[in-house]
Amino acid sequence: MSENPNNWPLWEVFIQSKRGLDHKHVGSLHAPDARLAIENARDVYTRRQEGNSIWVVPANAISASQPDDAEMFFDPADDKTYRHPTFYSIPEGAKYI
Amino acid sequence: MAQQLPLLTYLLRRGDDNLILGQRLGEWCGHGPQLEEDIALANRALDVIGQARNYLQYAGEVEGKQRTEDDLAFLRPEREFVNCKLVEQHNGDYAHTMVRSFLYDAWHLPLQKALTKSSDERIAAIAGKAVKEISYHLRASSDWVIRFGDGTAESKERAQNALNALWTYTGELFVQDEVDQALIKAGVAPDMAKIKAEFDRTMDRVLAEATLERPADAYMATGGRQGVHSEHMGLLLAEMQYLQRAYPGAEW
Repeated sequence: MSENPNNWPLWEVFIQSKRGLDHKHVGSLHAPDARLAIENARDVYTRRQEGNSIWVVPANAISASQPDDAEMFFDPADDKTYRHPTFYSIPEGAKYI
Repeated sequence: MAQQLPLLTYLLRRGDDNLILGQRLGEWCGHGPQLEEDIALANRALDVIGQARNYLQYAGEVEGKQRTEDDLAFLRPEREFVNCKLVEQHNGDYAHTMVRSFLYDAWHLPLQKALTKSSDERIAAIAGKAVKEISYHLRASSDWVIRFGDGTAESKERAQNALNALWTYTGELFVQDEVDQALIKAGVAPDMAKIKAEFDRTMDRVLAEATLERPADAYMATGGRQGVHSEHMGLLLAEMQYLQRAYPGAEW
């Protein structure tokens, strides 16, 4: 599976499950262009009513942080609890926070 | 009862078209040119099998002999199948499969759209559900015809060859015999002239974009609606019906 015989580029797929919610990354697929990537995403990732809207992004357009940088990137936040807005009360009925 | 016989035949035709196409498309399962395409085609195969099921279920009720959709699908002999010859044609390469689907979808969509206005409420309901699925089918098969036609020299040649080979099976889609006439009169079925006009528009639009040449209307193969099929049909049924023939009544 690693080598793609047709050299179709890789696309990352994001699905919005309901209007108003964010698009979530669900996986990736191969397709020759954006139109077919969306159609393939429809067939591969929304077969069980998961979707309301689809985004596809060429995988090579995504720049990612390096695993080696994880310590200096993320560990310093560990002991800074004052950054958490825990003193706010969340209104009742607010589902998606 | 005079009304029932044409209705039964009409329902079997609609069911068999979808059933046999579903069987053909299903043959690609696990053999698609690409993982994503394999899943997409299997989805569409299941869509048309679902539509077949609805029509054959209704056919069984109209017939009134306690036959279920499974009985009709797996226990009828070849001569009792009344699908068009187009859908039983072998898969060939992927261009051949996509062109076959494109010709079918371009006819099937306007037909089912028209059937949503059928005076028979059950048919209208079945068609209403099918139209959304088929709209997507036509889009997917058109896209591939355009890609192949407007692609490389080889893909274009393969698509044009498929179109030339399959064109002879398009005439049968629009034949109106006494069954159709009776149902058109009753408001159950649409006049195929309108369906043909929309089919022609789709052909012109998609084939122009695909830079493919529309074959001239010449000899048109018919007979499927009367149960006289091409040589591919027997092999297809042998595979499709094997289990119920070998192990009658088997369930799982």
